[in-house]
Amino acid sequence: MDVTVVPKKISGRSMLRADATRKFLAFGALILLLVYFSLASPHFMTFNNVVGILLQTSVNGVLALGVTFVIITGGIDLSIGTVMTFSGVMTAMFIVNWGLPVGVGVVGGVLTGGLAGLINGTVVARMKVPPFIATLGMMYIAKGLALVLSELRPIYFNDAPAFRSIALGSLIGKVFPEFEIPNAVLILFGAAIVAAFLLNRTVLGRYTFALGSNEEATRLSGVNVKFWKTLVYTVGGLFAGLGGVLMAARLNSAQPALGQGYELDAIAAVVIGGTSLSGGEGTIMGTIIGAFVMSVLINGLRIMSVDPEWQIVVTGAILIGAVYLDIIRRRA
Amino acid sequence: MNEELVVMDGIDKSFPGVHALENCSFDLRAGEVHALVGENGAGKSTLMKVLAGVYSKDAGRILLRGKEVNLSNPRAAQQHGISMIHQELNLMPHLTVAQNIFIGREPRQGVRFLLNEKAINDQTRQLLETLHVDLDPRTKVASLTVAKQQMVEIAKALSFNSDVLIMDEPTAALTDAEIEELFRIIRHLRDRGVGIVYITHRLEELWRIADRVTVMRDGRYIDTVRIEDADINRIISMMVGRTIYEASPEIPENGSQEVVLEVRNLSRGRTLQNVSFQLKKGEIVGFAGLMGAGRTEVARAIFGADPIDSGEILVRGRKVTIKSPRDAVRHGIGYLSEDRKRYGLTLDMDVETNIVLAAFQRFLNRIGVVQQAKIRATAHRFVEMLAIKTPSLQQKVKNLSGGNQQKLVIAKWLTADTDILIFDEPTRGIDVGAKSEIYRLLNDLARQGKSIVMISSELPEILRMSHRIIVMCEGRITGELSSADATQEKIMQFATQRSAVVQ
Repeated sequence: MDVTVVPKKISGRSMLRADATRKFLAFGALILLLVYFSLASPHFMTFNNVVGILLQTSVNGVLALGVTFVIITGGIDLSIGTVMTFSGVMTAMFIVNWGLPVGVGVVGGVLTGGLAGLINGTVVARMKVPPFIATLGMMYIAKGLALVLSELRPIYFNDAPAFRSIALGSLIGKVFPEFEIPNAVLILFGAAIVAAFLLNRTVLGRYTFALGSNEEATRLSGVNVKFWKTLVYTVGGLFAGLGGVLMAARLNSAQPALGQGYELDAIAAVVIGGTSLSGGEGTIMGTIIGAFVMSVLINGLRIMSVDPEWQIVVTGAILIGAVYLDIIRRRA
Repeated sequence: MNEELVVMDGIDKSFPGVHALENCSFDLRAGEVHALVGENGAGKSTLMKVLAGVYSKDAGRILLRGKEVNLSNPRAAQQHGISMIHQELNLMPHLTVAQNIFIGREPRQGVRFLLNEKAINDQTRQLLETLHVDLDPRTKVASLTVAKQQMVEIAKALSFNSDVLIMDEPTAALTDAEIEELFRIIRHLRDRGVGIVYITHRLEELWRIADRVTVMRDGRYIDTVRIEDADINRIISMMVGRTIYEASPEIPENGSQEVVLEVRNLSRGRTLQNVSFQLKKGEIVGFAGLMGAGRTEVARAIFGADPIDSGEILVRGRKVTIKSPRDAVRHGIGYLSEDRKRYGLTLDMDVETNIVLAAFQRFLNRIGVVQQAKIRATAHRFVEMLAIKTPSLQQKVKNLSGGNQQKLVIAKWLTADTDILIFDEPTRGIDVGAKSEIYRLLNDLARQGKSIVMISSELPEILRMSHRIIVMCEGRITGELSSADATQEKIMQFATQRSAVVQ
């Protein structure tokens, strides 16, 4: 009995260290960027700009949260960008075209995303179509449906001002008038807390890791792999649906042509945050940090008047750099 | 006589194209270790997978404590108290010990969706204590040794309150000390009344652990004997259906004095320290030592797979620079890894492609188009020469037995015109019949003038095959013995000769 104490401490500590290095990498990069841009431009560390960054991160952050689950199982979801758009269009259909209450529209939009995820999950888990293909297909389907339903035109929420305040109103501002932080930021952090809870405290989270770590072993342990995998993709879809609602509220319109490419930004955020594309490991904290690294980078470069085209180039380089750092860390 | 736990009777199982089990029977009593032996493909694992609910039987019946049961899936078998520890461990490396043990039936708190992590860890700690296994439930499985991972599997099996425990080659990847620990736990379980089925290739283990032995061959049940009544030659002859004498040494004449490979003062960190040796034409040099003695590291350094800090390598008297496996192959050095499946073969490709893979350049015509006919001819020649058993040249390699896979790796390096061959554990995971074929093959190669370094942890194999034996310990060469002088005792003495400084 007393012997067990020794290995406990060693292994516990070394594991902590590994996790700490991993978190430190992304977090360190974020701090570095913040310090650098603060020194480089007096316009960077201002209240308005920081709020801008937070707002900028909200949609990509929410999408990234959802796809974190999918990536931890060793899968991928390429459809979240256009599913986001499709969910936004559906929200507009509910509220603007069919005159339903805003609340119904919001829930309907989120559930639309969930339904797309459920279909993704079913195609992947039961029909055994590789996730890359299944979600690539869904990417096109959602894009097409969004265009068909909207008849290629943006749908504006001008008659439902309450909808806009979902993203741009400020509950915090009502309590502390000094801090007009838009609700979209609250929603991002709320979603992050929910995601972290799901991933770390629930059966769903446990099986998410188990699937990514060794799917066959999970199956042989009597876990209903098909069910849980479907649920994971559904969760990814629900977050994409939430992202769609947020996006529509921010723009005060559903833009059917928007969305493609957002899935790659989200995946990049997840990967920068240290989640392994081969599955089995990942954290919500990492994903959030990864999402901020990306938007801080874009924002900072813009403030320093770097051409938007070059911002994209730098983002790509940072993505490769982040993953390479992680590979080096693993080798050591 | 103890209670009959399991009786399997008239079991039949076919896969497409293979009659895997034919009218097989087996029985297991409470509180015994019942070993199941046979060559690869004899049907041991298949029979046990039927018992564990992984495969469904085509015919026959299974009685559990006298009552017929239907074991249609692993879960049903587990509920009847039957657990199997598979050869390839079924763990989730990213999860902790406790999370692995309770996967699929985690204790929940209140709401069914919420995990009770504390209960998971507490129950695991208790479980490990009853096994006297020294492990923290919160350790990630990836950071454990194979032996410890096996303990986790055993604990997992027992957490189902299993009274039938099937172990498929549990010692294949363990060191001697770890095997002893495993045996301690097996005996402990046996004394608690658990019936244990023990599938193994290491026949010498039978006398240390088994109470009864059942032999299978070609999908058929041959016989069951009590261990007191069995001797190794009888078991082997039952396994192969003929008598082979294990003991006879088969070292070919070695007349040549031409040194083809010389290594001088090879050093790499603490893993290799001043390793120097020579290899002559047509010679087989055995590398003996304990796990972690640095033998594989020597091979990898010579082959250019790992960088070296200092030292020289001379091939046929000329100093060469080997910075990558590509350089090594160019100088005629081939390395046959102990893990053939990971490093030696592309399992999803067919036989002919694997044979020519290391020399693919030579099978392209001037504009780079693959010359299929030439590949086929070469592959055909080697399949004949090495007697590789395969239904066709287009058979996927993963469907071949371990022995035939090993021969395929040899064919691959022969095609690449290598004449210095480094074999790392050439017979690991290979059954008795195929083993002696591999031995014969090594001898033939040596006779044809190939030079061979053979790394092996099995002393009888080293003694039987080597002209000279080099013994390593902690990254240094601690002794060299001629085949005439070598005994197991002398080798072990050198193998444990640690430097005095390190304590």
